Amino acid sequence: MIGVLSYAVFFTTIASILAIAVLGLNLQWGNTGLFNGGVVAFFGAGAYGTMILGGTPQADHLGGFNLFYPLALLGGAAAAGILAWIVGILTLRLRHDYLAIATFGIAVTFENFMRNAETITGGAKGLRGFERPLRNWIGDGFVYNFVFLCFVLILLYAVYRFLQHLVGSPFGRLLRAIREDEEAARSIGKSPSRVRLIAFITGSVIMGISGGLYATFYAFVSPQDVLPMLTFQVWAMLIVGGAGNNRGAVMGAFVIWGAWSGSGWLLSRFAPIEAQLYTGSFQYILIGSVIVGMLLWRPQGLFPEQLVVSQSGKSGRLSREGD
Amino acid sequence: MIQNLTDGILVGSILSLGAIGLTMVMHMLRFANFSHAELLSIGAYSALVFDAVFAAILPVLTAKIGPLSMTWALALSMILAVGTTAISALLIDRLIFRRVRDKGSELSMVFASFGVAMIIRNAMGLIFGLGTNLYSKDIVFAVVLSRDPLLLIKPDQVFALVAALAIMLVLHLILSRTTLGYALRAVAENPALAQVNGIRLSHMIMLVWLVGGGLAAIAGVFYGLTNQISPMIGRDLVLPIFAATIVGGIGSIYGAVLGGFIVGIAANMALAILPSGYSPSVPFLIILAVLLIRPNGLFGEERA
Amino acid sequence: MVDAALKVEGVTAGYVPDLPILKEVTLTAQRGQVTVIIGPNGAGKSTLIKAIAGLVSLSAGRIIHEGADISGIRPDQLAGHGVSYVPQMDNIFRTLTIRQNLDLALRSAGAEAASRLDELYARFPPLAEKRNEKAGALSGGQRQFLAVAMALASKPSLILMDEPSAGLSPKAAQEVLECARGLAEQGVTILLVEQNVNQALRLSDYCFILAEGCNQVEGPAADLMNDPVVGEIYLGAKRVKSA
Repeated sequence: MIGVLSYAVFFTTIASILAIAVLGLNLQWGNTGLFNGGVVAFFGAGAYGTMILGGTPQADHLGGFNLFYPLALLGGAAAAGILAWIVGILTLRLRHDYLAIATFGIAVTFENFMRNAETITGGAKGLRGFERPLRNWIGDGFVYNFVFLCFVLILLYAVYRFLQHLVGSPFGRLLRAIREDEEAARSIGKSPSRVRLIAFITGSVIMGISGGLYATFYAFVSPQDVLPMLTFQVWAMLIVGGAGNNRGAVMGAFVIWGAWSGSGWLLSRFAPIEAQLYTGSFQYILIGSVIVGMLLWRPQGLFPEQLVVSQSGKSGRLSREGD
Repeated sequence: MIQNLTDGILVGSILSLGAIGLTMVMHMLRFANFSHAELLSIGAYSALVFDAVFAAILPVLTAKIGPLSMTWALALSMILAVGTTAISALLIDRLIFRRVRDKGSELSMVFASFGVAMIIRNAMGLIFGLGTNLYSKDIVFAVVLSRDPLLLIKPDQVFALVAALAIMLVLHLILSRTTLGYALRAVAENPALAQVNGIRLSHMIMLVWLVGGGLAAIAGVFYGLTNQISPMIGRDLVLPIFAATIVGGIGSIYGAVLGGFIVGIAANMALAILPSGYSPSVPFLIILAVLLIRPNGLFGEERA
Repeated sequence: MVDAALKVEGVTAGYVPDLPILKEVTLTAQRGQVTVIIGPNGAGKSTLIKAIAGLVSLSAGRIIHEGADISGIRPDQLAGHGVSYVPQMDNIFRTLTIRQNLDLALRSAGAEAASRLDELYARFPPLAEKRNEKAGALSGGQRQFLAVAMALASKPSLILMDEPSAGLSPKAAQEVLECARGLAEQGVTILLVEQNVNQALRLSDYCFILAEGCNQVEGPAADLMNDPVVGEIYLGAKRVKSA
């Protein structure tokens, strides 16, 4: 029984952490129409940033500044923001495929750098030596994991409220206006590329927070945690949840993480030994098929964008079916 | 250094062939197709299959062509692979991209292309195994062209370069001498105007997929011939090929040719300075540099 | 009116469903005449000509050309129905040479292509002179002539022109409109949209005035020239239902 319960805590923790990243992506893609092909780079910047800033001193690589945990987490999020600023400032003026390619490129490069720059990132071995916050008070084991889950859920809720508020605010309406009709937005004196940059950085900072929490949970991060697969998983979560809809984004995270963990378990349990090597291939095909299938047959997601009622009382737009 | 330059030119010719098709698709259908590099993989593996079939039914064909490791069987297989890959590209468009295009935005197309890439890449892994394959098990020794500075070249590499250049020349002649070529360029420049001049857009889109797929197959076979075949060909080449299109300017066919060589040479020259572990990062650094200096590429036009 | 070359009957059309820009527009164009559509900005003039060319889909109404229903045809089938369309501004391929532009337009001419090319060069000597230059290097007026030459390549019986004088010097604009006039005299039906009211009325035979997507006034160009109602529609002072 305690095994099931502790797995439930573990599962909910990871799904909730990923849900935060999906919310960040939803601000970029769902609300602003920005394609982020390298979610994992911003997630990874948060993870590595948090570990380096908050970890204990290390002999063989940078880090171990032993910063107060909330500061370390904020620092990780800021690292993600800086990365987003660099990519955004270069590409957001150009046609949308440049952002797609550049973000994809930065994810490849990020992983490559983390794997090779041993003096900064610990290389392929990854970063260890992180003291989980408040461990001395709460102790290890189930209780700690449960308390940490509560912390993650509070942050998830805070991010959700923040984004809900943002979407309903004049800034949120501006984002949608730019997504729908850039010329019209420009004609009322708004600079679309500046607004997009703000949305892109904000979304990336949220992904950074998600990455920071992920690294905190495992007290360890390595290049294996920042593989392109994570980007695809986060996308699938958003697409399944329905782009533009924050509640859907969170639900999508749980659905896809459940499908992922479930398929992994089934394959490891029932697939013949010689097929075990191909578990990854099967799961990739699964995620790819989910993405393609949703786009073909249910592009609005399982939980489509609801009628957004703006503060002035005027109704916004209906679900984005066929948009 | 001279060795890096030479290797860069050889790799560059392969990237160019891949980038030509990608830049045409990106320009005409207005989306970044992340599954284009998988077409190289389809080409490389289908040639491997045809090669095995030929070796089994017509052993005569397994004779090598001159000093190359390439056999007559492989040469024929390459031609069949061009057809297979071109038709695959068209089928993928029919089954997936066209349907997403009809109902979704350009962004949905980019997502779909990632999904397609994941499915193809891992299906290849399931079918052919995750390990590497070679067209020929025989080791072909490189020819020493010079000892100081040391310069080694394999005959296969020279063949691939010459063949790639010949194919580009043919493409150039088609584009600059035939009305079909004018029509392709016209659609690239102004699709609506091309239509009112009697050009049927859907036919041109089919043509672009066929040409793009065919060129990708040749690039894939040459990559397999000079390196090795693995399901990761697509993963390893997608970023360099994108970099080539951005360097050349999205939509410019000649830009893609030049961009391929620039990226190939720059990536190999960078290895003279950087530790080799960093080589996957080089295409991104090139993209960054281009976006900083000349965002629309060498031949690209400013477009929103 | 019975044997008009082009009949537009009650056409309703727009870019977005439920948001028609044209509302039940009706007009006719006679063979061998220049028919002009004028109207204030946003009247739907360009949309009307694009709807005839198949670039904007109709939600109601029909378009009949020489007895054949051409409503909703694909733009690439226009030439097959004897119709050519000269878009506004971007109406030539800048990256192709003049010769290549013309070869493209002559693609379906088959064996006649060579002789038709000679005819076009004879009609527009400046194009013959610069045949191997990039079309993007031409002056505004010459571009417009190239666009007209491309439209003529298929030997159309109807040419649709969207603001052929836009962006041109007064002299070049005059030349382009005179060229249209000359084509009409050879028996081609010309339907054009114009911004420049006085010039358009002087060089055309019959005129339709659109405002807010509806027919307002029509009549022989010579009669409308001095009609105060034209100015009033432009100034928005008065709205008249079609006569």
